[in-house]
Amino acid sequence: MTAPVIQKPLVRARKVHKAFDKLEVLKGIDLDIMPGEVVVVLGPSGSGKSTFLRCINHLEAINGGYIEVDGEQIGYRLRNDRLEKLSDNAIARQRRKIGMVFQQFNLYPHMTVLQNIIEAPVGVHGESRSDAVANAKRLLERVGLSEKADAYPRQLSGGQQQRVAIARALAIKPKLMLFDEPTSALDPELVGEVLATMRDLSKQGLTMIVVTHEISFAREAADRVVFMDGGKIVEMGKPEDVIGNPQHPRTQAFLSRFL
Amino acid sequence: MSGSTIHNASPSGDAEFRDVAQAHAPFRTGRLVLWLIIALIVVNFGWIVANNENFGWPVVAQYFFDPTVISGLYVSLGLTVIAMVLGVILGLLIAIARLSSDRLASSAASLFIWFFRGTPLLVQLIFWYNMSTLFPQLSLSIPFGPTLASWDTNSVITPMTAAIIGLALNEAAYMAEIIRGGLLSVDRGQSETAEAFGMTRARALRRIIIPQAMRSIVPPTGNQLISMIKATSLVSVIAMADLLYSVQSIYNRTFEIIPMLLVAVLWYLLITSILNVGQSYIEAYYGRSDRRNGAAAKPIAAATEEASH
Repeated sequence: MTAPVIQKPLVRARKVHKAFDKLEVLKGIDLDIMPGEVVVVLGPSGSGKSTFLRCINHLEAINGGYIEVDGEQIGYRLRNDRLEKLSDNAIARQRRKIGMVFQQFNLYPHMTVLQNIIEAPVGVHGESRSDAVANAKRLLERVGLSEKADAYPRQLSGGQQQRVAIARALAIKPKLMLFDEPTSALDPELVGEVLATMRDLSKQGLTMIVVTHEISFAREAADRVVFMDGGKIVEMGKPEDVIGNPQHPRTQAFLSRFL
Repeated sequence: MSGSTIHNASPSGDAEFRDVAQAHAPFRTGRLVLWLIIALIVVNFGWIVANNENFGWPVVAQYFFDPTVISGLYVSLGLTVIAMVLGVILGLLIAIARLSSDRLASSAASLFIWFFRGTPLLVQLIFWYNMSTLFPQLSLSIPFGPTLASWDTNSVITPMTAAIIGLALNEAAYMAEIIRGGLLSVDRGQSETAEAFGMTRARALRRIIIPQAMRSIVPPTGNQLISMIKATSLVSVIAMADLLYSVQSIYNRTFEIIPMLLVAVLWYLLITSILNVGQSYIEAYYGRSDRRNGAAAKPIAAATEEASH
């Protein structure tokens, strides 16, 4: 990496609150994520970790606090000292530097693998088609699926689909990558190939936020582990501390199930 | 059938005998008899139809390509195409409005669908045709303000425009519901993914949602198109010279009612049969991603081009 200048956080979350009707899902999340950092968010189901991830690119609108990515507040702007909601198109523009990988892969089933990957670069980022195709082929090689460029998603296994989804997210050259339980919908024997791809990415200076249940991945690849429970961050730190020597009783209880 | 000696396969049999690869289908006598009886009835019916002079087959042949009939056919086809295209475009807009979170848009769309599906097409056509009795003048003006332009209603609403407006608006109401159903059939994760990748709503609809919705939109739309061809015959009541009107104008002169109606029936059947073939091709195209390796070779080339815009 470059010389240690004073870096600003890439993601800054302050007092983030989110409620679905009366159900409070996030009860004040504060988190800074530095460029190049790999943060793994752990926590039991219903702890709000996926919701928090989806708030970062405004798939869910938050009800309180604020989230900033790359110096821009997500979903809002200040105008004459008043905060106003951004238009849908302006929000779409903000999302263009954030890549996302979903639990259910969500590849476009009517497009081939190659078309899936170049769709956003060509259609949203205005890249030339030949550049996008060349880049897509490089990415496919990187996730080990070069020979599948012309296949349709349905012809691939779950693990292959998820690796294509990762390549698709990388194709927009994101500053930040969000992974929403990327291995939870996979058969156990397919989890490894996806985690290997992600581990590979984590070594290349990409900023990643990974919501997962894979403790081993957190231990090996994370710069920092965040443990959430009941809509709050209860513990965070280096993986060897949070996973190896958890302080909070909730973290201890959660981790004990994986031993 | 007869309760003779049919043993359930029991675990005692020899493995060689019980290999299903050696199985044969027993001859079904009852089935053959049924086939013969039905074939007989069909041939007999055909014979009756062909030999009944009242059908007037020579007259049918004589008038089949009559210029009046052919121009009526063009009118019917033209009306179908125009009304269908307008209906699909308008239907798409109404479907999107109906699904919108904007209260005004969704209730306006619901109101439109409620009215145009809830009244008979024939009545709507007559209504449009008689527009001038309701509004003798059509004018463009600012509400409660000055008039910008004005036309005599009878010069605007000809049988042609009344037919187009009537058929298109009615079709739009049905297409809106078909398209809405199609859009709803696409997995929610797809629009979410498009959103997460920074696509605008319009682009997400055009590139991601609508192509997937097409699979459930095409079959009922084919139905609608076929209904539309037949529905154009309703415009004969407002003196529009479509296929039915043309054959009527001939039999009013010659009194050969049945033969002339047969001319129309055969044309309608011919067109709908061609459309059926077209529909199955379109369905195959939108189902291409469903097929496993092999059969999908040709559509891939077409799809790659499609991705370039």
